[in-house]
Amino acid sequence: MKHVEVLIIGAGPAGLSAADVLLEAGAEVALIDRSDRPGGQLTKQTHMFFGSQEHYASKRGIEILHVLYDKIKDHPRLHMFSETTVAGLYPDRVVACVSGQRYFTIQADIIIVATGASEKSLPFENNDLPGVYAAGAVQTLMNVYGVKPGDKVLMVGSGNIGLIVAYQLMQAGVKVPVLVEAAKTISGYHVHASKIRRLGVDIRMRTSIKRALGTDHVEGAQIWQLDARWQGIAGTEETIEVDTICLAVGLSPLTELLQQLGAEVIYINELGGHVPRLNEKFETTVEGVYACGDVAGIEEASSAMIAGKIAGLEAALKQGYALEDAQARQAALHTSLKTLRSGPHGEKIRKGHARLGART
Amino acid sequence: MRIHQHPILDFGERKTIRFSYNGQTLEGLEGDTIASALHAHGVKKLSESIHLKRPRGFYCAIGNCASCNMVVNGEPNVRTCITPLEDGMDVRLQEGKGRIR
Amino acid sequence: MIEKTGVPTRQDVLEQFPERIVLVKPKAIIECYKEIPCNPCSTSCPFDAIHIPEDINIRPVIDFDACTGCGICVYQCPGLAITVMQVKADKVIMKIPYEFTPLPQVGAQRNVLDRTGSVITKGTILKVQTSPVQEKTALIHIEIDSAFLYDAITIEVTHG
Repeated sequence: MKHVEVLIIGAGPAGLSAADVLLEAGAEVALIDRSDRPGGQLTKQTHMFFGSQEHYASKRGIEILHVLYDKIKDHPRLHMFSETTVAGLYPDRVVACVSGQRYFTIQADIIIVATGASEKSLPFENNDLPGVYAAGAVQTLMNVYGVKPGDKVLMVGSGNIGLIVAYQLMQAGVKVPVLVEAAKTISGYHVHASKIRRLGVDIRMRTSIKRALGTDHVEGAQIWQLDARWQGIAGTEETIEVDTICLAVGLSPLTELLQQLGAEVIYINELGGHVPRLNEKFETTVEGVYACGDVAGIEEASSAMIAGKIAGLEAALKQGYALEDAQARQAALHTSLKTLRSGPHGEKIRKGHARLGART
Repeated sequence: MRIHQHPILDFGERKTIRFSYNGQTLEGLEGDTIASALHAHGVKKLSESIHLKRPRGFYCAIGNCASCNMVVNGEPNVRTCITPLEDGMDVRLQEGKGRIR
Repeated sequence: MIEKTGVPTRQDVLEQFPERIVLVKPKAIIECYKEIPCNPCSTSCPFDAIHIPEDINIRPVIDFDACTGCGICVYQCPGLAITVMQVKADKVIMKIPYEFTPLPQVGAQRNVLDRTGSVITKGTILKVQTSPVQEKTALIHIEIDSAFLYDAITIEVTHG
């Protein structure tokens, strides 16, 4: 069995950031990703990031990916495994991998789980019709493969993903007549909402999808208003002519591998679902196994990059690398993460982490 | 369904890839997955559900949900949203669970 | 209002503008109505005219005396929430960020939209700025009737 010092699962913003810190510290790193290209969500993020300079503010996600990956890709101590799926995590940090028809195992001193998240769906009649797609999936189809999902889209959900993908659909030449949101108020950044509203997207609160119309694929959508108890109000139905329905209704952390390994996970609604219990070093309840990014709670990619750096630095220290200013760097990273989580939009994350911390 | 002009992205010149869909020859582009190439031709239905035979398309596009499974070169349950398109591929609508030959 | 529709109230909008006389010179109008962790408008300003304290969640405050209306913050803002406005006699020259293709032609007449997406007037495209530092966010200079100073926000997108 092969042995590697540090094995990182997932080459998205968190995994790439962790790899960078570890390589710089002197560690040997295996970076595994099931996709044929590194970057995770960054591969399709054509919008500019928020934050400050340390979070690559004003840079587009696709550019940030180049910055992060170009820095490490030729490093002699990096072993990149793309199109490789981690099929299992076993005691003593044995990692089972599948690549095409090949199966192999790697034993690692440290594992960093940065598997990200998957998109949720929503129950409604005909929600399985082709043409009902996750918003992030549509973003991938358009921005990675250059294919439009349809000509006219109903967007469901007003979080940042819903708002941003609505804008990016328009950039690809697709019409977005309506965006509906079940809650009372827009949940994403208002600047994103204003950006699409001024281009004619009708944004409606307390409204949801009742059913998708069509037999072989989506030919329309029926929406209706919701009452204070989130129930549809009969008589308020309205049919919208669309050929695609995009669901931007949240993400679930991909914690299956951590659960298989026996790491403790706890259901925290505010963080998207089951998340691992972590100590202040981002280490799970299994020694030597760390988690960072969306798998540890859903938030922005900027936070995932900072969390990846924290996990990378802690893993390097655990391996005994003497790092200059380690304490100062850790403190600065934690401050940076705290900044991203402060303000009104960080409320849910703060609440989620408070609940996670309170559960014993 | 192809994006020809984009303010941020440049998809560049991409080589044509020929493949077969239910016996019909279609063209995709280098860099496509099977699902993206089919979608570019307006093919949204990729399989039929196991019991009720309802049409299924892709959903997550990251190989997570299995909604895009098709029969590729005789092999069922291929996740077409993440499988790169190759020259000469034989892609077929999957009915039910598919049969392993 | 903005939290339900994406449209700020008239009062919200007016509060972002300086007195009309100040706009004889071009000035940035920042429509960042809610705290988000973000500061590139401030760090990119060569004239130190936009202030955000150490806590980057605090909303930007602009010093209209220092602002030259150069437009750098317009394409640096990830929320596309900044425009530049200048009043010239009975006309307004506005600079807006634009991320659609094709770009408008100089001299063309284009529909101008308000914050709800309604067409309110036509404007003349004066200049289309696309330098590499802008990283694909074009800066469009448009001339409109000054009556629409507080209403105009962008131009209608046309594809092909």
